[in-house]
Amino acid sequence: MNIQLLYFAKLREQLGVSAETLDLPDGAAMVAMLLDVLRARGGVWTEALAAGGSFRVAVNQELAEMTMPLEEGDEVAIFPPVTGG
Amino acid sequence: MKILVTTADFNLTTEVNALRANQPKIGAVVSFVGLVRDINHDHSVACMELEHYPAMTEKSLQEIVIAAQQRWQVIDATIIHRVGKLSPCDQIVLVAVASMHRHDAFAACEFIMDYLKTRAPFWKKEHTSDGAHWVDARESDELAQQRWTKPTPH
Repeated sequence: MNIQLLYFAKLREQLGVSAETLDLPDGAAMVAMLLDVLRARGGVWTEALAAGGSFRVAVNQELAEMTMPLEEGDEVAIFPPVTGG
Repeated sequence: MKILVTTADFNLTTEVNALRANQPKIGAVVSFVGLVRDINHDHSVACMELEHYPAMTEKSLQEIVIAAQQRWQVIDATIIHRVGKLSPCDQIVLVAVASMHRHDAFAACEFIMDYLKTRAPFWKKEHTSDGAHWVDARESDELAQQRWTKPTPH
């Protein structure tokens, strides 16, 4: 199942990547499981995406909870708390 | 509803005139303009960059206006948010709300700003005398947004 991933702001700089396509195992079809897959990369991924850490997730441009299910072709964005205005 | 994310500056008078043009039911317009300060957390700010998530930004701002319209009597609203490089004294954001009466316009304008600060995907990076750093989200902004979710007395 292919997921389009986007990273923004401080998180984009920490991780050194702004976008990627990830082939997610079929059993990992939820935001929380996607994060586990990313944390398993180790190093800065484990640190920046630590559980309870300061980041937000949007699925198809809507803020999403950890339990949000994922589907083929979804766009998942991970970013720090917003600071506009 | 006008929602615009742009690098260009805006003119308050032009925007308010456009918002209320040919709408005799509008009795009140409340506008908020956010500006770049030259000091943040004791650091002198030379300039800042505003990044956003283009596919999500306008959609999230539209949803915030719709939420305000469900809560108050709002005839129309304009939100302009600038992105890119900005300097102290520059305008960053405009929220203007038109309503029949002032109470709805004041409340909806404040509600939209509080939600924009905590829900719309913008991020500020400040360039200061100590170097560049991403601005941290403030708990006070989160609390300002949460007070709208509490039951109202009436």
